[in-house]
Amino acid sequence: MKPIEIDKIQDILNRFVDKDVYIHLETTNGAYASHINDKAYNVGAYIRNAKVRFNQAKIIKDGKIYRAGLKMEIGWIYAEGLSDWEIFENEKLLLAGHDRQGRLMVSLQLSETPFNY
Amino acid sequence: MEEHVVVIYPHPDDESFGAAGTMTEFRKQGVPVTYLCGTLGEMGRNMGSPIFANRETLPEIRKKELIEACNVLDVELKLLGYRDKTIEYEDINEVASHLKKILEDIKPSLVITHYPDHAVHPDHNALGAAAIEAVRLMDTDKRPKVWAQAITNNHVEMLGNPDIINDITEYFDIKMKAILSHSSQASGIIGQFRKDQDDVDEVAKARFSTEQFYTWNFEK
Repeated sequence: MKPIEIDKIQDILNRFVDKDVYIHLETTNGAYASHINDKAYNVGAYIRNAKVRFNQAKIIKDGKIYRAGLKMEIGWIYAEGLSDWEIFENEKLLLAGHDRQGRLMVSLQLSETPFNY
Repeated sequence: MEEHVVVIYPHPDDESFGAAGTMTEFRKQGVPVTYLCGTLGEMGRNMGSPIFANRETLPEIRKKELIEACNVLDVELKLLGYRDKTIEYEDINEVASHLKKILEDIKPSLVITHYPDHAVHPDHNALGAAAIEAVRLMDTDKRPKVWAQAITNNHVEMLGNPDIINDITEYFDIKMKAILSHSSQASGIIGQFRKDQDDVDEVAKARFSTEQFYTWNFEK
C-alpha cells in the first residue's frame, strides 16, 4: 500500500456514490493486547461484504491521518486513522491505517463485487 | 515411540511458535507429523515490516509462508478451511465431527492442540475445545493421547505445572527458521522481544528453550 493521496481517493470514492457497494470495515488492536499488557483491553470489530449504498462520500486529512465518512439514506459509515491505500484487482479500493510496526489498526474497503469470504 | 502425531492449531505460525521443536524431535525419530491448520490467519494485523501485505493479499501470502514453514519442519500440511477469528462462532459439534473424521483417517497416537480456555486467542480456545471433543467422541480404545498447550500468563497458577516439558534448545535454529518462514508475521512478533533487550536471539532462545503441554485427562 502507499500513503493516501487525498484528491485521488476523493475521486475514487465519488465513483462508488449511488451504487450498490460491498464494504469491509474493520478495527482491531490485536487478539493479544490484554495478554501482553494486562491494563489494555482487546477491542475489535469487523463487517465484511455488507452491501450498502451511499449518496455522499468524503475523505478528510487531519495531521498525519485521514478520516472517511460515507452518508447513506438512513445512516453513516465512518473510519478514522487511515493512512495508506491501494487499488486491488483493478476495482477494489483498500484504505487502511497502520501503526509504527506496520500492523493494521483500521481498514475501510469498497468494491462493486464481493470480497473473498 | 509415537506412530503418527497430529498437530491442530488455528493459525499459520502457531505450529512454529508452539511446537516446532517438538515436531522436529518426532521427525528425527522418523514419526510422521501432520499439521491441521484451522485458518489462513486472514484477519491478522501484522502486514510485514516494512508492510508488504494488505487485508486481501494476506491469506495467500500466509498460505505460502505456512507451506514453507512445513517444509522446514518436514511435516505434512492439511488446511481445515475455517476463517480467522470466527471458529468460536461455528457449531463446535460440527467442527469436532470434521476433526474426528480426519483423525479416524490418520489414526494418530498423539494429538497436540491448545488447552481450551487457557490459550489466549479465541480461535486457539475454540479449536482446542473442538479437537479435544473430537478425540473424546472416539472409541476409548482408539483414542490418541492429547497434549494440550496453555499459553495464558497464569496457567501454571490455574492448572499446575505442565507434565510434558520438552527441552528444545537442540532445535532452536530450526524453530527460528520455521518462525521466520512466516515473514509477514515474524518481524512484528519477534519485534516485541526487542522492547527491553537488544539481543533478540538471546531473548528468543530463553523464551523458546522449552515447549510445554498438559496431557489431557478424559476421565475428569
